[in-house]
Amino acid sequence: MIRIRDLLIQRNGRDVLNIDSLDIQRGETLAVVGPNGAGKSTLLLALAQLLKPVRGEIRFDGKPLHELNELEYRRKISFVFQSPLLLDMTVEQNVALGLRFRGVPKERVKTDVEKWIKSLGVESLSKRRASQLSGGEAQRVSLARAFVLNPELLLLDEPFAALDSPTRVKLLEDLSVLLNRDHLTTIFVTHNLKEAAQMGDRMAVIAGGELRQVGTARQIKSKPADETVKAFLSELPQ
Amino acid sequence: MTEIFQITTLSLQVSTIATLVSLLIGLPFGTWLALGNFRGRNLILSIINTGMALPPVVIGLVVAMTLWRSGALGELRLIYTPIAIIIAQTIIAAPVVTGLTAAALEALDPRLQQQLLGLGASRGQMVWYLWREARLPLLAALMAGFGSVISEVGASMMVGGNIRGQTRVLTTAIVLETSKGEFETALALSALLLVLTYLINLALTWIQQKGRKADWQSAPRK
Repeated sequence: MIRIRDLLIQRNGRDVLNIDSLDIQRGETLAVVGPNGAGKSTLLLALAQLLKPVRGEIRFDGKPLHELNELEYRRKISFVFQSPLLLDMTVEQNVALGLRFRGVPKERVKTDVEKWIKSLGVESLSKRRASQLSGGEAQRVSLARAFVLNPELLLLDEPFAALDSPTRVKLLEDLSVLLNRDHLTTIFVTHNLKEAAQMGDRMAVIAGGELRQVGTARQIKSKPADETVKAFLSELPQ
Repeated sequence: MTEIFQITTLSLQVSTIATLVSLLIGLPFGTWLALGNFRGRNLILSIINTGMALPPVVIGLVVAMTLWRSGALGELRLIYTPIAIIIAQTIIAAPVVTGLTAAALEALDPRLQQQLLGLGASRGQMVWYLWREARLPLLAALMAGFGSVISEVGASMMVGGNIRGQTRVLTTAIVLETSKGEFETALALSALLLVLTYLINLALTWIQQKGRKADWQSAPRK
């Protein structure tokens, strides 16, 4: 579904991400791990066409991104950031936002929003304004806002990094159930190796702006590509 | 009494139109400056910020020279007309609205743009929702723009000429009455100007604070 070749992304004239080759299959969850500042979020921004590569290409269903209509492509994906970034409106209005961008009829918006705020366990908060939610509640709303779009590609950029441990564990469990149920193609960025092993069908290790290794957690643990990967993965659960 | 009513109406008309025109200029221009990332952006912003502090008499002088019969736009015969005052007041208010719009949007989380685009917003939809998020400071920009023109006197005097029944507005009338020693009339006109300004800003503040009140009312009761 996604095919990346010879990709180079620069920010402020500096190389921040270099990927020779990476393929992502439809229905797969790829967990992207690496230290802070490694280039993980840059990969997601490039996949969302929010950053343009200076070299190489990304193909989506066989077609290079630069040949696709940017808006049409962005409406096939959904992006969840580390911070919920909710707008100053009610929970249900926030969840409906992407559907409204797409001009979805009101009746369907209502049905879909109700379905997803229930799936994420925030139905009792639907009339509450975003500013009155806790961190965990806000991130649940942010996830509902992404899932309601039924995206072909879901991009999750450390969505639980700012949450406390119990909230994080519960949200991970719920997200895992939803991803397994809907077989959404998902790229899940985290610097938490345990989360990556739990969520990802495969893992991609990015360090120093370069993709070092791709494989299952077991494969990478047993045969790390280099010393950097080996050192980084040493904290993986057995 | 009829004359005071006519002066008051003209003051409100001229300043409201000038504020709305400056909003039409300042809102998109300020947005472009806030969201853009291009060479010379900081230079333009510093010019706009300087424009916010330009003395109205200087603007009045430039507009008067431009609209003077021998000036670049003299053929339009706009000098000493209400349109001339609107032009001068727009030039006074536009930098205020532009600068405060840019500041309001720059104060938002920069990732909000990416989030809106990542949810499938078009560029227009993204800007609309950024304005919505910044609506409180944007209303403050509108109030500041209106405040800067309803209270100015230098430019209105220079390009309007303070002609009775044609271009006399509250501020120029106050200056005239003071110069004649008619302090009671000047004070009455000043009080009228203050009340009008207060009422308009009260209405805008009410709109501005409505959102905050709604937030408070929908707060969880624990």
